[in-house]
Amino acid sequence: MRLIVNGEERELSGNFSVAGLLEHCGVKAPRVAVELNFTIVPRSEYPTTSLREGDEIEIVSFVGGG
Amino acid sequence: MDLGAADLERYARQLILPEIRGRGQKRLKAASVLVVGAGGLGCPAAFYLAAAGVGRIGIADDDRVQVSNLHRQILYTTADAGLPKAEAARARLLALNPGLMIEMHAVRFAADNARELSARYDFIVDGADNFATKFLINDACYFTGKPFSHAGAVGLSGQTMTVDPGRSPCLRCLFLGPPEEGVAPSCAEAGILGPVVGLIGAVQALEALKVLAGFGEPLLGRLFTFDAVTMKTRLVRVPRNPECPLCGARPTITRIAASTAPACRDGAAAP
Repeated sequence: MRLIVNGEERELSGNFSVAGLLEHCGVKAPRVAVELNFTIVPRSEYPTTSLREGDEIEIVSFVGGG
Repeated sequence: MDLGAADLERYARQLILPEIRGRGQKRLKAASVLVVGAGGLGCPAAFYLAAAGVGRIGIADDDRVQVSNLHRQILYTTADAGLPKAEAARARLLALNPGLMIEMHAVRFAADNARELSARYDFIVDGADNFATKFLINDACYFTGKPFSHAGAVGLSGQTMTVDPGRSPCLRCLFLGPPEEGVAPSCAEAGILGPVVGLIGAVQALEALKVLAGFGEPLLGRLFTFDAVTMKTRLVRVPRNPECPLCGARPTITRIAASTAPACRDGAAAP
C-alpha cells in the first residue's frame, strides 16, 4: 500500500489503521494529531480508521519551544 | 479612545489600510495584550504590538537576559545581559513607543497567578519556552474567556494557532496535554534560529492585531505550520473535539492547575 506520510511517499505491506500506522512509525498517539487527507482524525477513531492506497497522512507533533 | 496628531503621524502607514483606519487604530489604542515569556517568540511579538500602538502591554517573564539569548531575542542588547527580561523589554518598548503603558510582571506565569494575570488583558500571546506553561495559558484563557495566540518553534520549524476559548478549538482539542519527557526536543537540545521564531512571533502579533482591531480571518481552528528547510507552510484544519478534556462535552479539567509534565527549560538559556 502506497501512502504519503508527512509529504514523503511510503510503501507499506498489509493493511493499516491510523493507530497501526502510528505504532509502525513508533509514534505515541496521545501526543500527536493526525490529519488524513486534510482532515483531523478524532483520537477515538484511530483504531477504526482504515488507510487506503494513496492516502495522505500528516502526523502533527506538538512544538514546544519559544 | 481618540487619536492625537502624534498618533496620526506615527501610524500613518497603517491608518491608510482599509482594515485599520481610525476605527481600528482607536481599538488598538484602547486594547491590552499580555505577552507570556519575553523570549524568541515574545520579543518580536511585543515589538510589533508596541510599534502598532497597542495601548497597554504586559510582559510576564522571570528570567534574566543572557548573552546566548541575543541571537533571537531581539528586544535586548548586549548591555542588557544580566538584567531582568521584563525590565529590559519594558525599557526597549518604551524607547520605541513612549506613549504606551508597558507593565512589568517579573514573575513566572504559574497556576497561582495565571487567572489574575490573564484576566487583566484583552489578548494573551503565548511566548512560553516550555510545554507546561503553554497548556497553562490554554487553560487559564479558557477559564477567563480570553482569546490567545498559541505558538511553538524549535529547530527550523514552528507552528501557531489562535484560540477564542469556547468558540474555537483549543490546544487540548488537538493535543490532549504536554508531551512526555524526552519526546519533544527543547530549544536547548535542538537549537533554534532567530528568524524562525521571528517569523512565528510576527504571526502572533499579526493575529493579536486582527482580533483586537477586528479584521481578517484569524487562525481559529487552523494550525499554521512552517518548515524553514523546505519553506513549506501548511494550514491544518482543526475541528473542536467533543472529547476535549477542557472544552469538550464532559470536561475533566475544571480549574487552573499546574501540569504534571516536566518543562523543557534548560536553565541556562530560555528558548
